[in-house]
Amino acid sequence: MTQFLDISGLCARIDADGQEKEILKGVDLSIPPGEVHAIMGPNGSGKSTLAYVLAGREDYEVTAGSVTFQGQNLLDMEPEERAAAGLFLAFQSPIELPGVNNANFLRTAVNAVRRARGQDELDAVAFLKTARAAAKELSMSPEMLKRNVNVGFSGGEKKRNEVLQMTLLQPSFAILDETDSGLDVDALRIVAEGVNRLRSPTFSALVITHHQRLLDYLVPDRIHVVAKGRVIHSGGPELAQQIDREGYTRFLAEAEAA
Amino acid sequence: MPAVTETREAVEQLGQSSYKWGFETEIDMDLAPKGLTEDTIRLISAKKEEPEWLLDWRLAAFRAWQGMKEPTWAKVSYPPVDFQDLHYYAAPKKKPGPKSLDEVDPELLRTYEKLGIPLHEQAMLAGVEVPEGEQARLPVAVDAVFDSVSVVTTFRKTLEEAGVIFCPISEAVREHPDLVRQYLGSVVPAGDNFYAALNSAVFTDGSFVFVPKGVRCPMELSTYFRINARNTGQFERTLIVVEDGASVSYLEGCTAPMRDENQLHAAVVELVAMEDASIKYSTVQNWYPGDENGRGGIYNFVTKRGACRGARSRISWTQVETGSAITWKYPSCILQGEGSVGEFYSVAVTNNCQQADTGTKMIHIGRNTRSTIIAKTISAGRSDSTYRGLVRVLPKASGARNFTQCDSLLIGDQCGAHTVPYIESRNMGARIEHEATTSKISEDQLFYCRQRGLSEEDAVGLIVNGFCRDVLKELPMEFAVEAQKLLQISLEGSVG
Amino acid sequence: MSAITQDRSETLAPFGTRLDRVTDPVRKAAAGALHRSGLPDRRVEEWRYTSLRFLNETPLAAPGDLYDAGKIQAQLEELGLAAGPLADLPRLVFVNGRYAAPFSVLPSGVEVSFFAKAQTFGTLSSPDRDPLTALNTVLAEDGAQLQVPAGKNVGHVLLVSLGQTDEAVSFHPRHAVTLEEGASLVLISIQAGRGRYLHNPVLEVRVGEHASLKHITLQKEGEAAACLATTYADVAGRGTYDSFVLGIGGALSRQEIHARLSAPHATVHVNGAQRLAARQIGDITSVVTHAAPDCISRQTVRNVLDGHARGVFQGKVYVDRVAQKTDGYQMNQALLLSETAEIDAKPELEIYADDVKCSHGATVGALDEDQLFYLRSRGVPDAEARQILIHAFMDEALALVEDETARALCVQMLAGAFPVTGETV
Repeated sequence: MTQFLDISGLCARIDADGQEKEILKGVDLSIPPGEVHAIMGPNGSGKSTLAYVLAGREDYEVTAGSVTFQGQNLLDMEPEERAAAGLFLAFQSPIELPGVNNANFLRTAVNAVRRARGQDELDAVAFLKTARAAAKELSMSPEMLKRNVNVGFSGGEKKRNEVLQMTLLQPSFAILDETDSGLDVDALRIVAEGVNRLRSPTFSALVITHHQRLLDYLVPDRIHVVAKGRVIHSGGPELAQQIDREGYTRFLAEAEAA
Repeated sequence: MPAVTETREAVEQLGQSSYKWGFETEIDMDLAPKGLTEDTIRLISAKKEEPEWLLDWRLAAFRAWQGMKEPTWAKVSYPPVDFQDLHYYAAPKKKPGPKSLDEVDPELLRTYEKLGIPLHEQAMLAGVEVPEGEQARLPVAVDAVFDSVSVVTTFRKTLEEAGVIFCPISEAVREHPDLVRQYLGSVVPAGDNFYAALNSAVFTDGSFVFVPKGVRCPMELSTYFRINARNTGQFERTLIVVEDGASVSYLEGCTAPMRDENQLHAAVVELVAMEDASIKYSTVQNWYPGDENGRGGIYNFVTKRGACRGARSRISWTQVETGSAITWKYPSCILQGEGSVGEFYSVAVTNNCQQADTGTKMIHIGRNTRSTIIAKTISAGRSDSTYRGLVRVLPKASGARNFTQCDSLLIGDQCGAHTVPYIESRNMGARIEHEATTSKISEDQLFYCRQRGLSEEDAVGLIVNGFCRDVLKELPMEFAVEAQKLLQISLEGSVG
Repeated sequence: MSAITQDRSETLAPFGTRLDRVTDPVRKAAAGALHRSGLPDRRVEEWRYTSLRFLNETPLAAPGDLYDAGKIQAQLEELGLAAGPLADLPRLVFVNGRYAAPFSVLPSGVEVSFFAKAQTFGTLSSPDRDPLTALNTVLAEDGAQLQVPAGKNVGHVLLVSLGQTDEAVSFHPRHAVTLEEGASLVLISIQAGRGRYLHNPVLEVRVGEHASLKHITLQKEGEAAACLATTYADVAGRGTYDSFVLGIGGALSRQEIHARLSAPHATVHVNGAQRLAARQIGDITSVVTHAAPDCISRQTVRNVLDGHARGVFQGKVYVDRVAQKTDGYQMNQALLLSETAEIDAKPELEIYADDVKCSHGATVGALDEDQLFYLRSRGVPDAEARQILIHAFMDEALALVEDETARALCVQMLAGAFPVTGETV
C-alpha cells in the first residue's frame, strides 16, 4: 500500500456485440507519490482498458477488485469527480469535438476542475496568457488554441494538445496511453519534456507504451509488464532495454509456468 | 448578458422616449367579441383608421381564408384550434396574471436566474401584475437589459438622419401609404396559405422598415426591436424593404422566455431586397413551450419569406428556435435577381413534448442564384423535430447552386428527429448538393469532456453548442452568447 | 379540422365496371377502399411528383386470353432471352398478366404455384393504404408464387412479364416469393411489352432467417405503356434482401418498394438507376422500415434524364424506437442532360431511436465540365466525351448489382436502348 494509487485484484469486462468479454483479470499495481511507472505489454493485453477503467469509462464493468486513489474509492466516483481529484488521462486517440473552440474547452475544463478543488476560476485573459505560455513550451502554434478541439489536427498535434491539457489541469496523477504513438523523434522529445516538467514529489504518472524510446526521455521508476489482463512482471528502468531486445516471450513463458 | 444599467434617471428618460416614439401598441383596451367575421375586420380597420384599400385587402384575405383548410402535411399534431373562439382585437388585454413572484412557476424563475435577468425584470417577463402607478416603468425593465441607455435615445435620430424608416406598421400605413401599398403582400400574398391569409385579415401590430438607396442602416435594428417586442400580439406583420445597394440587419425575439396569454401566433414577415441590397434577419424564438407534460405552450405558425428582386441581392435568415409548443415555420427566399443569394441557418431545439416542423424554401428563378442551408436539429425528451426544406430550380436558373447540410442530434430514446428535403431541378446547369446525418451525442465525446472535469450536463451543453456552431456564428455577437446559454437551458433535464 | 370527403371515384373511370364485379371478400374490401380513395393525385404527399392523369385518357379493358405466339417469341429474342446464356435459365413467362406455359421453364428445387389457382393474397401488402395495391387486389388474375425450401440455393429464376396488345388493357399480376431459413435465390424480374397497357404488379417477398434474395428488376415497358409496380419485402433476422431496379422503358413508371427489417442483423439494399428520355416519367419510391435493432440499409439511386424526361426519387428511411444501432445510408444522384429534363427528389429520414447512424446525400447537376475538358484535352471529341461520362455514371450504379448474370443483362439492355458511341478510348 502506497497511500497514493493502489490497484488490487481489479477485474473488468466489456460487452462486445452481445458477448461479455473479460479483459482485466486481477490487476495488482501500486504507484507511490512522485513516481513515474510504465506499463508495457503485447497488443490486447488490457493496457488501454486499465487506463479507461481508472478514468471511469462506463462501457467497462468492474467485476472484482478495488482502486484507492489518495484514500478515496476511485471506482465510486464519476469521471469528472476523478478529474477533479487529480486524475488525468491522455487519450490514445484524442476525441474530436466539432464546433468546440479549443481555448474555450480548455478554460471550461480548467475552471470546472478549479471550482471542484475550491480554487478561484480563471478569467479569460488570465487563462489565455497561461494557455499561450504552456502552448509555447510544447512548441504549439497559438493558432491551435483557436481551432476546434482536435478537429483536423495531425496525430502529433493531437498528442501535444493532450499534454497541453495535462499541463493546464495540473493533475496529481496522469495516465499517458500510448502518447508516443505516431510521433516523430522531435515531437516525442517535446512531449516527454512536457511530462518531465510536471515531475515533482506530488505528481505521479502511469505511462503506457510499446516502445523503449519514450522511456529514454521519460525515465520511469518502475516498469510493469502486462499480459492477458494481469501484471506478470515488474522491474526497474533497465527492463525496457531487455524487452526491446527480447520481446515479451520470456515473461509470458514464466507467467505460464507460474 | 450585457451589463445592466438601471439608474432611475435613465429609466425614466427611456420610459418617456419609448412612448414618445409611439412604438408601443396604441390601440384601446376595449375588447371585440370573440369570433371572426367581416365585421371584426371592419372594426379592426376602423380602429386603426385605415384607408379603404387596406380594408379591401383584409377582406379579400378573409374571404380567401374562409375557403382554405389548415395545412396537415407538417409532422405536428395538436387539438383543433377553434378560430371562432379567439379575440381578434384587443390582444393586449390580459387575463389576471400572478400578483407577485411567489405565484410564478419556480421553474420559470430558475431559468431567468440562469440567464442573469434581474429580479424586477423577471416579474415583468413573467407577467406579474404591477400596481397602477408603476405601469409606466414597465418597458424600462426590459430596456435595462442593454449596455447603454444612450444608444436607445439617440437611436431614432440616427436612423432619421440616415433616411431609414423604422416604425410600427400601422404608423407606416398612415405616414408612408404608397410604400406600404406597393410592397404589402407582394412577397406573401394575402391568400398564400391558411395562416398567412388569417394574418392578412386581422393583423394589428408589427414593424415596417425601409432603407433607401445606397444606405447601410447605421445600426442593428435588434436592440430597438427588443425593447418594443413586449406586446407583439398574435398576428404580427413585418415588412422590410431595402432599396438598391442598401443593407440592414434585423433581429427579433428575446432569449428570455416570455409569458403570453395568446396561444396562437401567426405572424407574417415579408422582406424585399432590390439590386445589390442585403438583409440579414435573425430570430431567437423562445416562446413558452408548455410544461413537461405538454400542457400549454404557444402555437407558432409563421410565414416568413424574402424576395431577392434585384441582381446580386442577398437575404440571410438565421434562427434559433427553442420555444413554443408547436413550431411551423419556413423562412424562405425567392431568388429572382440574377446572382442573388439566399441563406438559411437554423438551430431548432425541442425538449419535453415540443413539436417543431421547420425549414426553408429556396426558389431559384434567376441565373447564377445561390443558396446555402445549414440546419441543426436537436431533439430531447419526448419531442419531435422535423427539418423540411425545398430547393427548387426553375428552367431559367442556369448556373444556380445550392448546398444543404442538415444534421440531427437525438438525446434520449423517446424523441424523434426527421429530415424531409424536397429537391426539384428543372435546369441542367444547376448544381444541388444535399447532405444529412442523424446521430446521438457520441459516448466518446461525453467521456472525453468528463475526463477533463466537466459535468455531464456541461459536457452535453458544450458538445451541442459545438454542433450548432456553424449557425450560432451567424448571429450578431452579443446574441450568440445568449443563444448558447439558451441552448443549454432548453436541454436541461434531458440527460442523466 | 374537418376532412372534406370527396368522391374520387371518377379517377377509376378507365376500369369501368371491372371493379364492381368482384365477390371475394378481400377483393370487395379492396374495391371499397379504392372507391373511397380513388387513384391518388398530386395532392397526396406520396404522389406529389407523379401524376396518374396519363391513365385517365383511355378505358383499360381486361386483356383477352389469346396472344400472338410469334410476337411473343420475337420479344423474347429482342430481350436476349431466347438465345445465349440467359436462354438456359429457368423462367416463368407471363403474357398480359397470365402465365404462358409454352414459353416457360419451371425451376427445380422451388415450389411453384399460381395465383390463378390458389387465389391467396398474402399479408404484407396494404390495399387500404396504397391505392395501386388495392387496384391490383381487386383485379389480380394470375401470378407466380415461389417458395424456396430451407437451406436451398436455387440460383437464378427469371420472372418475365410481357405486354402484347392492340387495344388498351390493364393487367395486375400478383406474385409472391418466400425464402425459408437459409435459402437463397437470384430473382430477375423483366417487365417489357408492346402497345398501350397498364402493368400493375404486386410482389410480396418474405426472406427468412439467414436467407438471401437478390432481386433485380429490369423495366423496359413499351413506349405507350405504364408500369406501376409495388413490392413488399419482409426480412427476418440475418436475412438479406438486395434489390436493384433498372428503369428504361414506359411512358410512365413507378417502382414502389416497401422493405421491412423485422429482426436483428437483417440487411436491405434498395438500389436503382433510371435512364429516361423523350417525355418519359420514371419514379422510384421506397420506404425502408427499421423495425428491429442492429439492421443495415443501403440505398443508392441514380437518374440520367434527357429530353423532356422527368425522374422522381422518393426514399424514406423509417427507424422505429426499438431499432437501436441502426445503420442507414442513402445516396441519390441525378444527371440532367437537357434543358427540359427534370428531377424531383425527396430523400427522407424519420427517426425515433437515438443510437443510430443514418445519413443521406443528394446531388443534382449536369456533366462535370472539368472532366469533359480533361477528356477533350486528351483528344476525345465532345460528344464522345459526354457519352463516356454518362456511361461511367450509370456503370457506377450498375456495379451495385452483385450477380454477374443480372449485371450483364442490365448492361446489355441499357446498351440496347442507348447505343454507345464513345468507347474508342
